[in-house]
Amino acid sequence: MKLDNDTITKIAHLARLDVDASEKEALLSDMNNILSFMEKLNELDTDGVEPLIYLSDEVNVFREDVVKGEITVKQALENAPSEDGKYFQVARVIEKP
Amino acid sequence: MKVSSTSLHKYELVVGLEVHAQLSTKSKIFSSDSASFGAEPNHHISPVSLGLPGTLPKVNQKVVEYAVKMGLATNCSINAINRFDRKNYFYADLPKGYQITQDEAPICIQGYLKIKLKNQEEKVIRINRIHMEEDAGKSLHDKDAKYSLIDLNRAGVPLIEIVSEPDLRSAEEAAAFLASIRQLVRYLEICDGNMEEGSLRCDANISVRLRGAESYGNRCEVKNLNSLKSIQKAINYEFKRQVEELEAGRNIEQNTLNFDAATGVTSVLRSKEMAYDYRYFPEPDIPPLHLTEEWIKELKAQLPELPETRIQRYMTDYSLSEYDAGVLTTEKAVADFFEEIIKYTSNYKASTNWLIGTVQSFLNEHNKSISELPITAKSIADIISLIDEGVISNSAATQQLFPALLNNLDKDMMQIVKDLNLMIDADTDVMGKCIEDVISQYPEKVIEYNNGKKAVLGLFMGEVMRLTKGKIDPKVANGKIIKKLESLK
Repeated sequence: MKLDNDTITKIAHLARLDVDASEKEALLSDMNNILSFMEKLNELDTDGVEPLIYLSDEVNVFREDVVKGEITVKQALENAPSEDGKYFQVARVIEKP
Repeated sequence: MKVSSTSLHKYELVVGLEVHAQLSTKSKIFSSDSASFGAEPNHHISPVSLGLPGTLPKVNQKVVEYAVKMGLATNCSINAINRFDRKNYFYADLPKGYQITQDEAPICIQGYLKIKLKNQEEKVIRINRIHMEEDAGKSLHDKDAKYSLIDLNRAGVPLIEIVSEPDLRSAEEAAAFLASIRQLVRYLEICDGNMEEGSLRCDANISVRLRGAESYGNRCEVKNLNSLKSIQKAINYEFKRQVEELEAGRNIEQNTLNFDAATGVTSVLRSKEMAYDYRYFPEPDIPPLHLTEEWIKELKAQLPELPETRIQRYMTDYSLSEYDAGVLTTEKAVADFFEEIIKYTSNYKASTNWLIGTVQSFLNEHNKSISELPITAKSIADIISLIDEGVISNSAATQQLFPALLNNLDKDMMQIVKDLNLMIDADTDVMGKCIEDVISQYPEKVIEYNNGKKAVLGLFMGEVMRLTKGKIDPKVANGKIIKKLESLK
């Protein structure tokens, strides 16, 4: 499978990365290499092998429904690039998902 | 709208609903910050709900239990093996850049719910799935001139999403389905069902097709349907709009639409091309959940008696009509209050009438719920006994005793009856005199009655009740009036 420039643009948008034209060539070749590697891996017959999702054998790790105050508003806002003491401030958005 | 009613009749409406219910747990789904509504902005937060690097989600066991209960109440199969998935999208009120939800293995699948329509017809609506997920935070766009403001109190509040099959064929059916979901979550006490505060939210997938067609048309997803009224308005609006598009020879674009409750109009939020690419993949940070049969059995045993069963029991045990039983069980608290009343009286019909008549109109008038009724179920039962024993008339009880009780909460009921002089006059002479007076006052009505116009009886009754201030037994009075009228034939 070969990628084209449009796919690079789409993937960059999904990851919210700004990619200019000069970078696209290099990215395109890198990603094509990655995909070729994946294709190589795909040659292995994995029929009947369950996909590995979890790195431990744990199941049912639950928490009791108990409220604990962990951090203050001040601590929460501390690392925000922009805040007004109450809210996080972000670039104005109109569209809602 | 330009479409004629004949072209509207050619088409059939097809609707499926996605209902989000906020679970009323104390803490959030994956962290221990409070899940309650109404706190100051960014007060109910934790490193996990802020999506800080290095934090790990841990599942609140109550959330799983609540989701299973809803599944059992809607006749679903419960998936023994559960996992969570990540749904990726960028939005400022979603701190991690993904929502933890269930994509491939939802906790409940393939159930159904019976809904009751106004014409008393019953319809089965299939449920595709119920899954668990976290809510996002809240964005405020009009509070600040320069910025959108983010409040993360809601981020991580547990939700279940209930997805119906496209089995709904009218706005009424959709509203009945949503009302039924709301009733169930309240019976189960897993969600307060408050649509104004957003505890229960609904999106609708709406399409139309020619009657008799097998395949579905292109659908539009309408967001923001936050009341039973909105959902009906949006569906009716979309039905006409889509038929109009098709009749004009155009296609239905598969868009996401926003519904404006103020104008009753939908508008495009996102076109198909702009649709999100969510790139779901398994959430590796949350180990799988294995639900044992014993656990599910235990949860099943905890289910309260559900409306459908309760209605049947009221009809069988108390000989109530299906309608009365339905009204009584609409809200669990009202049905519980009814059962409290009938501990003290076996007049089930009168208890029903009092509760869904006099008591309910008082509550409606004062915008109160049954839990706020200042008098006890036993007092209502006592009033009914006074009527049944012939001490006071029903009209004196509803119009005078009940309001007086509400105004004199610490006063003894019999004392009020005496103070207001409400007791039925055993003195039949007084009643007889009143009847004589009224009948002689309306000679022309007497003739009308004896010529077959039985409805004028109401006039005589009304006058007699007025003159005696309701202090007579209406049944006795009625009999006496008829006897008197017949004698004048």
